[in-house]
Amino acid sequence: MLIIEWLLLIFLIVCAIAVSISSNLLNSIIIFMSYSLVMAVIWVLLRSPDLAITEAAVGAGVTSVLFFLALRKIGQMGHKDGEEK
Amino acid sequence: MNEELKAVWASFFNWVMGNGPRPENEVIPAEPPPALPFTQKPKDKYSRFHEATLKERYSQWLEIHGLHLFSVLYSGVSVLLCIVLVSLLLATVAELPPFGHERNPANNEVIERYVKHGGRETGAQNIVAGLILDYRAFDTFGESSVLFTAAVSVLMILGASRRNSLKDDSKPHTHDPESGILQRGPPLMHHDDAILRGVASLSIPVILMMGCVVVINGHLSPGGGFSGGAILSTALILAANAYGFGKVHAFFSERTFIVSSSTALMIYALSKGYSFFTGANHLHSIIPKGTIGNILSAGLILPLDICVGLIVAGTLYGFYALFSEGDM
Repeated sequence: MLIIEWLLLIFLIVCAIAVSISSNLLNSIIIFMSYSLVMAVIWVLLRSPDLAITEAAVGAGVTSVLFFLALRKIGQMGHKDGEEK
Repeated sequence: MNEELKAVWASFFNWVMGNGPRPENEVIPAEPPPALPFTQKPKDKYSRFHEATLKERYSQWLEIHGLHLFSVLYSGVSVLLCIVLVSLLLATVAELPPFGHERNPANNEVIERYVKHGGRETGAQNIVAGLILDYRAFDTFGESSVLFTAAVSVLMILGASRRNSLKDDSKPHTHDPESGILQRGPPLMHHDDAILRGVASLSIPVILMMGCVVVINGHLSPGGGFSGGAILSTALILAANAYGFGKVHAFFSERTFIVSSSTALMIYALSKGYSFFTGANHLHSIIPKGTIGNILSAGLILPLDICVGLIVAGTLYGFYALFSEGDM
């Protein structure tokens, strides 16, 4: 169990660094989602399931959706909408 | 007085004030008659020989070099600030007690009391729900009010711009719509996506059910109003993406949001205000606690959970709808 915790924590750090150095904004958001998901698992391992549910719903769900929306608004997410205009 | 010194002083004065020396053989052009007596500037007379004053020279220098200087200064100061902030935070963390130690302040008598008497005093099986919706219910009320206020502000700002644009659309366009900076982006059209629809029709009921369970069982199991509301809002967002905003608008519009959220907030405020007066720590609460473990137990925690869930679901979906469509 300890090994799993260490792996998850290392994954968190790698994710946090990768979010900031990734040049593609879409990749950044997806890495951020995975960060939230791993954080939710860690909350469960720390025996706080309330926080885990909230983290999974808000961090991995709603926040990322709002980020995607912002990307779409500034035209950084693919060119599909621009072509169909 | 020394004449040379005087001349040097005069030239320096001219240099500062911007009135350069005039060549002696120049003919001053005839002054045009002043059109308005009070708007004429005395400097215009010498405009041909006008040199830049020190202030103008400074602003010109700023225009040329200012951006570079600013960026250098900015990056330097920001790096400095970051280093100071990081070292401050690291010093604070180093002073914190070790994680999980039994002598930590987090494990002192307060948490003991909550764990020992929380179930009996609040009637909630989930201690966290009893904590945030009974002992600290006022904090949760503040959080819900902040969420509601944020949503209403966004609604006001984006709604006002939408109403203005609608007003503008009724009038004939005076500016070029192709190049206008004020032109809003293309509306995020809803594409008929069979895969998305199929997945949504399968998963939306499950997500909605999950959200309701998390909200209603907030005092029995992990979860509660906030997380359940967030799950409900993700179901709404998925429905809006799969079936278009019009379908969601049919049962969840701006009016529904305002009515449900303000009603929930009012119920929260009234019930919690009431229980503050009747059910404070050493007073007897007239609201029955019920049996621990039943759905209808824990006094006011269940209705408060439902209120918070409604507010959170409406707010998060409202953010999405407002930011993507400018409408709700």
